[in-house]
Amino acid sequence: MQSFHFFRCRLLKLFGALFLLFVLMGASVMVGVSELSLVSLFTNGDATAQLLLFESRVPRTLALVLAGVGMAVSGTIMQMLARNRFVEPSTAGTVESASLGILAVLLLAPGLPVYGKMLVSTLFALAGTGIFLMILRQFPLRSALMVPLVGIMLGGVISAITTFFAYRYDMMQSLSAWTTGDFSSVIKGRYELLWLSLALTIAAYAAADRFTVIGMGEQFTTNLGLTYIQVVRFGLVIVSMVTACVVVTVGMVPFLGLIVPNIVSMAMGDRLRRSLPWIALTGAGLVLVCDIAGRIVIAPFEIPVGTVLGVLGSVFFLYLVLRKQSRAT
Amino acid sequence: MISIENATKRYGETIVVNGVSLTLPAGGITTIIGPNGAGKSTLLSLISRLLPLDSGMIAIDGLDIVSAPSDALARRLSILRQDNTMTARLTVRDLVEFGRYPHSKGRLTAADGRKIEEALAYLDLQTLADRFLDELSGGQRQRAFVAMVLCQDTDYVLFDEPLNNLDMKHAVTMMKLLQKAATELGKTIVIVLHDINFASCYSDHIVAMSNGTVAFQGTPDDIVRPDVLQAVYDTTFDVHELHGNRIVTYFV
Repeated sequence: MQSFHFFRCRLLKLFGALFLLFVLMGASVMVGVSELSLVSLFTNGDATAQLLLFESRVPRTLALVLAGVGMAVSGTIMQMLARNRFVEPSTAGTVESASLGILAVLLLAPGLPVYGKMLVSTLFALAGTGIFLMILRQFPLRSALMVPLVGIMLGGVISAITTFFAYRYDMMQSLSAWTTGDFSSVIKGRYELLWLSLALTIAAYAAADRFTVIGMGEQFTTNLGLTYIQVVRFGLVIVSMVTACVVVTVGMVPFLGLIVPNIVSMAMGDRLRRSLPWIALTGAGLVLVCDIAGRIVIAPFEIPVGTVLGVLGSVFFLYLVLRKQSRAT
Repeated sequence: MISIENATKRYGETIVVNGVSLTLPAGGITTIIGPNGAGKSTLLSLISRLLPLDSGMIAIDGLDIVSAPSDALARRLSILRQDNTMTARLTVRDLVEFGRYPHSKGRLTAADGRKIEEALAYLDLQTLADRFLDELSGGQRQRAFVAMVLCQDTDYVLFDEPLNNLDMKHAVTMMKLLQKAATELGKTIVIVLHDINFASCYSDHIVAMSNGTVAFQGTPDDIVRPDVLQAVYDTTFDVHELHGNRIVTYFV
């Protein structure tokens, strides 16, 4: 009876957060360069306003929410796989590998449809993240801080390769157009791939308990009768595909996978069956807020959401590092 | 019954466990003692399939640990290692609930719920159940881990140095608790122990290892003797009879 009460209480809170997310989504739809009046939209059937709403504003908001959910959940899974709080797809070589994959497509098969681009990018992301996890296995690192550093270095090496080829073939501009986290170019027909990342996120939720067990370590995993490497592979596939989907459609959304899982973990721990819905909601909410802020601060121009998150994320990263150190001493 | 035949484990050139053949009886407490590097922990890891065997065979009640499905083994045998640092931030209750994973695969039944409450009560953790592990003292955390493996409710429970990081009071409490689990719950408990006196007072069966092989095995009366211990540890021992137990001193 008591546990039922707790369960209802938790569900209520979750619905509250969901409501808040819808409010944010509403705000995100309404903010923009051209005025959008709800009254004229629904009373006079204003054609331009409808076009604006359904071709640009709504797709953009949906893309933000889907990318936010995907990256926050991917970050959580990465942290469980690497058993490190500072890891996320942009500090593990995943994002850089996905970008290299996009460059490879742009160079070798520019005519490939967007799903093909995503697939190639996924394979690159898988390989890059696999290398990262292999390095962690081969060289057990003494300090938790070394892990993201290794990931960032690996990412640096991979993006150096990307830059080299992009420069040689005069692709720098089109590559950066692909990979900079920017939602301003999202229109109907150019974001739908992100629904796939939502499907993957739901698949990840179905395996939430297994990812928590992985986060307890290899020995606990074996003791509980799970095959460690199988769960790791499944997690890798999810993280790589989600990252590739996001990078192909809207570009890098950095640090989200770092900030959100850590905040939610501080508040409610890492029992993923309980916390993943919160991670998803918080991820979506944070991207929405950053995007709205980016659109308002220097209106009528925009600061890309990737930049806003980069600033926010680095400050939060510092906070995490300093907090860990003051705890350790 | 755990039967071990010719179990061997190498790390590169070094043979850590060298052709060990051993039968551990069902029921009671078996302790594995021996000097550093004797291969005690490695043997425990081999039995619990945490490490792959290089050669030989190990079976738990006739279930070959190499060919048997891992989740079937997880309902038969559980292990707690000594280094239990975990990144996942869990409450005591979360951890204990995961002990039911091999049985419920995450969908807890009412029966699972009872096992969880029992395990929490058994280790006197009810008041700490909703605290996070990283907010507990070393001894409390150790109790939570023990509650988890007891909640797994396997016939065989293996512990690798469970007294590490425990002060004297908590070490005694832990050993009494394991003894209780063996007699009341009918568990077979295998413990790698550093402290010979705990082994002497609480074991039904002692296995003494050195250099990757079993040097001696038998009851505490057979093993806790100056000549046997000196052969195992290569240092001198005095054995005293105290309240019906054999107590060893080796300090001077």
